[in-house]
Amino acid sequence: MPIKFPFSRRRSGPTDAWTKCPSCEQQVFNKQLERNLRVCPHCGHHFRMGIGERIELLLDEGTFVERDASLESGDPLGFADQKPYPDRIEAAKVKTGLREAAVWGTGAIDGQRVAIGLFDFRFMGGSMGSVVGEKIARCFEAALAERLPAIIVSASGGARMQEGTLSLLQLAKTTAPLARLDDAGVPFISILTDPTTGGVLASFASLGDAIIAEPRALIGFAGARVASGTVGEDLPEGFQSAEFLLERGFVDMITPRAELRSTLSRLLRLLPVAPVEAIEPEQGQHAWGPIGVLSGLAERVGGAVSETIGIKVEPDAGGSGNGDRPARSSGAPEPATTEDER
Amino acid sequence: MTELMAPPDHAAVDAAWRRVQLARHPQRPRTLDLIPRIFDDFIELHGDRGFRDDPAIVGGPALLEGRPLMVIGHQKGTDTESNIMRNFGSAHPEGFRKAQRLMRLADKLGLPVVTFLDTAGAFPGPAAEERGQAEAIASSIKLMTGIQVPTVVVIVGEGGSGGALAIGVGDRVLALENAVYSVISPEGCAAILWRAPEAAPMAAAAMRMTAADQLELGVIDGIIDEPGEGAHTDHEAAARAIKRALLEALTTIGATATPELLTNRYARLRHIGTYTEDGAPAAEPELPSLRHRIGRILRLPGVPRRPRWSEVWPSGEDGPESEDES
Repeated sequence: MPIKFPFSRRRSGPTDAWTKCPSCEQQVFNKQLERNLRVCPHCGHHFRMGIGERIELLLDEGTFVERDASLESGDPLGFADQKPYPDRIEAAKVKTGLREAAVWGTGAIDGQRVAIGLFDFRFMGGSMGSVVGEKIARCFEAALAERLPAIIVSASGGARMQEGTLSLLQLAKTTAPLARLDDAGVPFISILTDPTTGGVLASFASLGDAIIAEPRALIGFAGARVASGTVGEDLPEGFQSAEFLLERGFVDMITPRAELRSTLSRLLRLLPVAPVEAIEPEQGQHAWGPIGVLSGLAERVGGAVSETIGIKVEPDAGGSGNGDRPARSSGAPEPATTEDER
Repeated sequence: MTELMAPPDHAAVDAAWRRVQLARHPQRPRTLDLIPRIFDDFIELHGDRGFRDDPAIVGGPALLEGRPLMVIGHQKGTDTESNIMRNFGSAHPEGFRKAQRLMRLADKLGLPVVTFLDTAGAFPGPAAEERGQAEAIASSIKLMTGIQVPTVVVIVGEGGSGGALAIGVGDRVLALENAVYSVISPEGCAAILWRAPEAAPMAAAAMRMTAADQLELGVIDGIIDEPGEGAHTDHEAAARAIKRALLEALTTIGATATPELLTNRYARLRHIGTYTEDGAPAAEPELPSLRHRIGRILRLPGVPRRPRWSEVWPSGEDGPESEDES
């Protein structure tokens, strides 16, 4: 069948116009798939998404600003299996056009600014080594410093074996800032996409203040090979699915891709960064007031507005608390300026 | 750090594999062998208060030279029967949740925490998945990054991946000479990267999982020498060496004020990893922890503390009376 041969070869290639849905096995026209947010129009199967497409899906157009883009992996162990680790990274870079398996930056969802990190599973299985861990940690630290809600869209096989325990310790490196976000009243929304397993799930991804999963995403602690190798039995069907985790109480909701952005937007409104009354010592008269009406008013009055949405500088420190006692962290000495204006 | 090198030579592979076998030696001292030899008194506390008691993790308050602390460790068995009971030291989620409960108790009472790591890894079976193994590990790690008491970790045998790290975040991380620490078992690594489980020794060498390698990589802070041919030959001597190391570590970090302790612990984790930035080796990452801490005292903008509900509802008349914190 000389005519069919090139056709069937093209079918599996990246330039092909058709993709076979792995779930319902129907052929889907690629343009239709893109239009449908990479969701199978026949059965609702959610195809994996690249970082660029995900940003387009979730963020207001043109608001994403990547940070720390220049971070690149070293080869701390001099690791080589059948291929040296640097070669694997190079191959992944060529394949994906990315420098690493994760990207982070700031952007806005319906005008609400967020710090967001995203994984691409195509880059070495979205595995977390030093660079990915560093980016996630910086994302959380920026969320803390700039008082932005943090969002991570995970898609990862887990820790990157080629960096050994340095990868393992990224679990702790990415999780440590979360305790600080708790103290600071900054929410973290974790989005689990297909697949999220291993070290990424066993660290920050499981610890979202709200956790959203995509329909039928594979989410689990142990990869199938590890599980069947150790336990000697395969996990039952559907055991590591988003639906199973919802039933068992480990995710909050399963959100179809078409509703993901609006759900996030609503969550950001419902779980706002906690307003903080803190005093800037140099300027004395400024208080960092609560979000919303008060800050909008402050803006009109002409107070300086920080570039961070949700934190506004009010011209009058006394007004922010509305007679409510400003909270003090116990034991912290207070600058004289604070006392003076009170 | 290290330049790209050829696949590990046979001597290196053999040496790494010998350490793995020593770390897994059936006569190696287990947590419950060490505890009575190191501590003056110990009472084991059981259960996670939610589901059951996981025998793969043991713990409770103990006295070290008369001073109280909390000790927690993985517990492997010593024979087939006890190994089945202990699930070969591979904890289920409730094991980690028991550890969390004990750590919270230590935090409440100001007791230092000492942990002994000896596990091939967290259990990956259906029951563990069902009860949230990943969440249990993640929240254990998070808890350990923030408890306000000194924490010393000793890798006694196998430091197997997330199941080890779940009780392995510390201010000092020490390892016995023949202990190993890895992101995945050498067998698992071989199965995935070599597609051949028999390549496990190669994987062990490539992952540089021996105590000496881990010290060089900055993952651990010190190595505790083992007696003779290994800790399995003399449990008493091994326990004495661990006790000395514990006393030294606790004396040093015990003198550190809590804010410094937490700052240093955060910084320690934050520095782990190698990468280049703008083509250059990583600069020392900025330590937000320090800024955070100073900022809290000076009340710098953007360095907040946890808000009170009355700030979220600022009118002051929408809810019950709040306590005064100051």
